[in-house]
Amino acid sequence: MSALLDIRNATLKFGGVVAVNDLSFTVEEGEVYAIVGPNGAGKSTVFNLISRFYDPFSGAITFDGNNLLDRKADEVADLGIARTFQNIELFEHATVLQNLLVGRHRHRRTTLVEEMLFTPRVRREEKRHREAVEEVIDFLDLQPYRNKMIAGLPYGVRKVVEVGRALATGPRLLLLDEPASGLSVEETQDMRWWIDDIRKQMGITVLMVEHDMGLVSGVSDRVLALADGAKLAEGTPAEVQSDPAVIEAYLGAGAA
Amino acid sequence: MRIHFKTSYEHDIRLFADWWSFFVYAALIVVAVALPWIMDEFYLGEVTNVLIWAIAGLGLMLLTGQTGQASLGHAAFLAVGCYANVIFMELGLPFLIAFPLAGIVTGIVGTIIAIPAIRMHGIYLAIATIALSILTDDLIVLLEPITNGVSGKFAPTITIFGIEIERWTTPDRFYWLVLAVTVLCTLAYRNLLRAPLGRAMAAVRDSEVSATAMGVHIARTKAASFGISCAITGLAGALMGFYAGAFNNETFSIVISITLLMMIVIGGLGSIHGAFFGAVVVAFLPQALSIAKDSIGGGSVAIPGLETGVFGLILILFIMFEPMGIYGRWMKIRIWFELFPFARKDMFKRQKSYLKTERLR
Ligand SMILES: Nc1ncnc2c1ncn2[C@@H]1O[C@H](COP(=O)(O)OP(=O)(O)O)[C@@H](O)[C@H]1O
Ligand SMILES: [Mg+2]
Repeated sequence: MSALLDIRNATLKFGGVVAVNDLSFTVEEGEVYAIVGPNGAGKSTVFNLISRFYDPFSGAITFDGNNLLDRKADEVADLGIARTFQNIELFEHATVLQNLLVGRHRHRRTTLVEEMLFTPRVRREEKRHREAVEEVIDFLDLQPYRNKMIAGLPYGVRKVVEVGRALATGPRLLLLDEPASGLSVEETQDMRWWIDDIRKQMGITVLMVEHDMGLVSGVSDRVLALADGAKLAEGTPAEVQSDPAVIEAYLGAGAA
Repeated sequence: MRIHFKTSYEHDIRLFADWWSFFVYAALIVVAVALPWIMDEFYLGEVTNVLIWAIAGLGLMLLTGQTGQASLGHAAFLAVGCYANVIFMELGLPFLIAFPLAGIVTGIVGTIIAIPAIRMHGIYLAIATIALSILTDDLIVLLEPITNGVSGKFAPTITIFGIEIERWTTPDRFYWLVLAVTVLCTLAYRNLLRAPLGRAMAAVRDSEVSATAMGVHIARTKAASFGISCAITGLAGALMGFYAGAFNNETFSIVISITLLMMIVIGGLGSIHGAFFGAVVVAFLPQALSIAKDSIGGGSVAIPGLETGVFGLILILFIMFEPMGIYGRWMKIRIWFELFPFARKDMFKRQKSYLKTERLR
């Protein structure tokens, strides 16, 4: 069985900084794969490579047999890859419901003229989108916030809305960039159950960046430790945590 | 406080949230249609003017309020719509064809201009569109053979199925025509807002990165916004031509562009109501000022730039104290009354919950 996501010898430099250095790893269908590493290790950059926001200097990225490097950033969602952002990127001046409905954009079947006339077909499609979004709202317990503006929501809720928006796209691969950062202990616990259910109930593969080692070892099948854009160690959470190189890097960098 | 009991998703998709708002808007339409029997001709003309500005405001609102692209050149599209409409009518096309065609032509021109403009952001886009506004003046002069240059053109009389419509001789008919166009444009706008494209526009406005990650094609969405925005503005321009009776290269000046942008900011960016509130301010400010001037005894003294100055001052006050515009203020007052006496003072304070420093990292 070939991997769902395959990153091979990817390198990306920003000026003199090598953000991702000859990095290779694969994510199998159905697993939760975590990337850990100190700040500036290049974790978010890996996500941005997959999202096609950046072009790698060299290397290959394939998703389900498709060459991702042939796709533009706005075509990635169509392949079934959805993501969240480390510094929440929601649509601030819209409601939670509208944010989640934007997640359905890749399923848009209607044209501009039809939408201006709001034809019966548009109405039917809207109901279909709404049903899909309501499932996500139920799953993430977002009912109390459905018609609230993002601009007025607390941080913890925004984090969940962002996961919801990504789920609303109906992805096969979900990229979560630090889903638990800034969350309270209870909120982190919820996030843990959700990630578990996303994988088990929805059958969605998860690739996540996370600092909280409790969460990482709780949900992930495999962990990749990254330092200075290069692979330091890879394996089960226990293996990576006890890897001498990882311990060294963490203590050396002084970050947790 | 009204509570919506929803039995199906249909309720949220509907044009009106509940029977109450349906009745309010139905009553508004009835009053609007009956207005010529209620008001004298002078005020009917003023209301017509408000509606035309509101249509133009809707046009710019879609681009700026909904998609987040500031344009200081929208008078150019008023001009395109106005000239196109009159030229089509002079070529013998009936109004019912010339008018929508003028809108479509303006929309196409807008989309073509959008192609380079799409790459620009914020202030750069604003500057580029100022250039557009200035260029229009020159272009109209240069294209003298079709535009009549500085001597300008006169708006012909409209005939719809044998009924003649003219601003001065039949102000009631002209008002109804403008009202019909206003209602249609508002409906189209409203429909877009509750459909995928309208949401994609808001997505582009609020975060281009995450819109992209959701599969929204940024350039295409902006181009669509430019196109529809310019088409609506073009229709407003055509109506302005009829309202003014005569127009030339100076009619649609940069001042009009700036006024339009100020209007939607004062009215309330991003809302349909905002376009209408702003239009009321723009249309009645000159009158209010001259009345105020009369009452302090300076009626005969001409103060150059007074209107623009006061307008600018109002704009600054709004940006400082009520960035959501008149519509935002109105919503707050309404909610305050609905919750009375339970409204809290900090209810509308925005929660500052995180810093947007490292956007992608
Ligand atoms: N857009 C950018 N321009 C310049 N440097 C960048 C950019 N994005 C990331 N970097 C640099 O690349 C390195 C990796 O960053 P990042 O992937 O954000 O790390 P993290 O592992 O904390 O998510 C850092 O040194 C960062 O400063
Ligand atoms: Mg990061």
